[in-house]
Amino acid sequence: MYEFLTGAGVWIAFVIFAGGLFVRVASLYGVSRQKDAVFYNHTNAFEAVKSIFYWLIPWGSIAARTQPVFSSMVYLFHVSLIIVPLFLSAHNVLLQEAFGVGLWSIPDSVADIMTALMLVAGVFLFIRRLVRPEVRILTEIRDYVLLVLTMLPFLTGLLASLNIGPYKTMVILHVLSGEILLILIPFTKLGHMILFFFTRAFIGFEMGGRRGARTW
Amino acid sequence: MPDEKQLKARIKKVNIKKIKNVLETLDGARIKTWLNICAKCGLCAESCFFYLANDKNPEFSPAYKIKSTVGEMYKKKGDVSLPFLEASMEALWARCTMCKRCSQFCPFGIDIAAMITIGRSVCQSHGFVPEFLAKAVENYRVSGNQMALTKDDFIETCEWMEEETADEIKGLTIPMDVPEVKFMYTLNAREPMYYPQDIAQIAQILTVAEESWTMPSEGWECTNLPMFAGDRTLAGIIVENMYQKARDLKVDKILVTECGHAYRSTKYEGPYLSGYPDGIPPIEIIHSVELFCEYLESGRIKIDPSKKLKEPVTYQDPCNVSRNGGLWDIGRIVMGYLADDFREMSPNKDYNHCCGGGGGYIPMGPEYRVKRMVSGKIKAEQIRKTGAKLVIVPCHNCFDQINDLNEEYDLGIKSVSIKEVLCEIMMIPDKFKPDEE
Ligand code: HEM
Ligand code: HEM
Ligand code: SF4
Ligand code: SF4
Repeated sequence: MYEFLTGAGVWIAFVIFAGGLFVRVASLYGVSRQKDAVFYNHTNAFEAVKSIFYWLIPWGSIAARTQPVFSSMVYLFHVSLIIVPLFLSAHNVLLQEAFGVGLWSIPDSVADIMTALMLVAGVFLFIRRLVRPEVRILTEIRDYVLLVLTMLPFLTGLLASLNIGPYKTMVILHVLSGEILLILIPFTKLGHMILFFFTRAFIGFEMGGRRGARTW
Repeated sequence: MPDEKQLKARIKKVNIKKIKNVLETLDGARIKTWLNICAKCGLCAESCFFYLANDKNPEFSPAYKIKSTVGEMYKKKGDVSLPFLEASMEALWARCTMCKRCSQFCPFGIDIAAMITIGRSVCQSHGFVPEFLAKAVENYRVSGNQMALTKDDFIETCEWMEEETADEIKGLTIPMDVPEVKFMYTLNAREPMYYPQDIAQIAQILTVAEESWTMPSEGWECTNLPMFAGDRTLAGIIVENMYQKARDLKVDKILVTECGHAYRSTKYEGPYLSGYPDGIPPIEIIHSVELFCEYLESGRIKIDPSKKLKEPVTYQDPCNVSRNGGLWDIGRIVMGYLADDFREMSPNKDYNHCCGGGGGYIPMGPEYRVKRMVSGKIKAEQIRKTGAKLVIVPCHNCFDQINDLNEEYDLGIKSVSIKEVLCEIMMIPDKFKPDEE
């Protein structure tokens, strides 16, 4: 079990993750060339960059400023979500062993703190989904499930790192939940990690490029 | 309540294939992506005046309006029921004016209005269109304009206005079908029908500016209600009629009256609807606000300083002139010439709230008036806060809506078009002054 998960399992997960995202973007690009060809006449790199940039910086958008607590939580959630797995020494050690290369690593104590903050933010987002009527009405079971699945590798990773609970089981659960998450990304709304850039660029062309209106 | 005739127009049995066909035709990569990646974050709710004005009822939030209509249609691949179509009609027409403000508030820039259009097309395919709007669309089908005016009616109205105004401005004419001029003027059928003085006013301004222009006897209707009624084919024909007339007359540009929908339709959506592969209108389109700005800046029209407006004035940014037209700064330059005490609404410019009359709402008529007044609360409050006595409105739909809001909310204001103000306060050069008797 452990061997499979940390061996072939990792490979399978990453291939599906990267391949799935690639196929999804490629097929959407194909459809857009066919059905939305007319919009390619209005592409405008500067407006696309602006439209993306203002939504990447903290409180860069008017919507983020109208809900500052929520947007801070989303920011915290995503920053940890991206930084910790990429720059975690434990992950990089595994990469080093497998490929002989690894990324630069952040100290483990920092990783622990960021992971804990991500979990706090995640719980906040979960509660917000339950209590705010305009969010609850949109939320389906799958949205709660995806949020929990996104948090699971962080929870199990943190418990393993702090040596809480049976270590071996924790690591197995961690790897398993990490792989499940990676596999789901291309096929769910989590695909936004790539598609975000495309949809923002599009609205940048339409509203910013053609009309000069702000989209942030 | 819808009347008998309208109920008859509705199809009694859902034709799944037909719905599927509409859905598939309009389904591009954008739609697939948007429907899938919506994070269900609810940020769009606060942007929508329908949501704000209806006590933050979550059913009025943009994402829910899509989820409960177009989202379901795609999910069920067209296999929906008649009561579903009825409910969708309510959400798609009575709860959205396609103002696109929500797209500015969505982290993914999801274009809710573009998806609302698809929902409207599906409803339209089964006759689920608000009654008055459906009637207006029928008028387009038979006459090319929303009020079913005949060519003769239109020409007569122009001649009548020409006679009436000739004693005010010497030498005033309303040239009809003159080829190879600079501008072909296009207008909203409400003008010849109910507000013929609008025609007189534009003729005064263009005469004083010594402009080279013509009124077309056909293809003059620039407001495109089929576009808001889900009838994309007819909407395409309407704009194409106009482009064709402009090509026939070999004019340089099409000049659009003070109307927001008209500008959105002729300049931005028209080329999509009538299938121009580059998405660009075949002839340059210019909105009246732009032309007035040019006149004032160049001095072709001068304001009489003693007549410049003294009372507090505010400017309504029509969604389809400002946010969806890009002309908010131009509007402000014009205000600088017209008013001493100009006050901004908040929010304004490209972030302005829709008045609640757009997207086909005004033509939906008395059946929807109560709802229109409820949703207009946000605009009414915005206006009241400025303390303005005069609201300058370069759009026919906003104009009607703000007049109604004035009554409903007792705002004590008057709404006017830029044309009307210009005619009152511009200087008339001696050569245009009528001879003293
Ligand atoms: C798919 C294969 C994966 C493997 C083999 C793996 C392996 C590991 C290992 C060995 C640890 C260290 C536990 C310890 O400190 O003893 C760890 C920690 C962690 N991993 Fe993963 N991981 C994987 C995927 C993921 C994914 C997909 C994410 C997030 C999206 C993730 C996030 C974390 C976090 C947040 C920690 C804990 C950081 C801390 O608190 O110090 N991992 N992982
Ligand atoms: C560059 C990459 C990414 C960008 C730009 C991005 C952007 C966003 C945005 C704009 C939202 C909406 C936030 C909001 O509600 O305001 C969001 C939500 C979310 N994102 Fe990402 N994201 C990225 C990567 C990821 C990744 C890699 C994951 C998971 C593996 C993820 C998981 C989530 C989840 C679960 C939510 C929903 C939060 C909730 O339920 O409220 N994101 N993301
Ligand atoms: S387009 Fe305007 S009216 Fe429609 S949902 Fe968005 S904000 Fe509301
Ligand atoms: S703001 Fe955008 S992503 Fe969020 S719920 Fe509304 S449509 Fe969906």
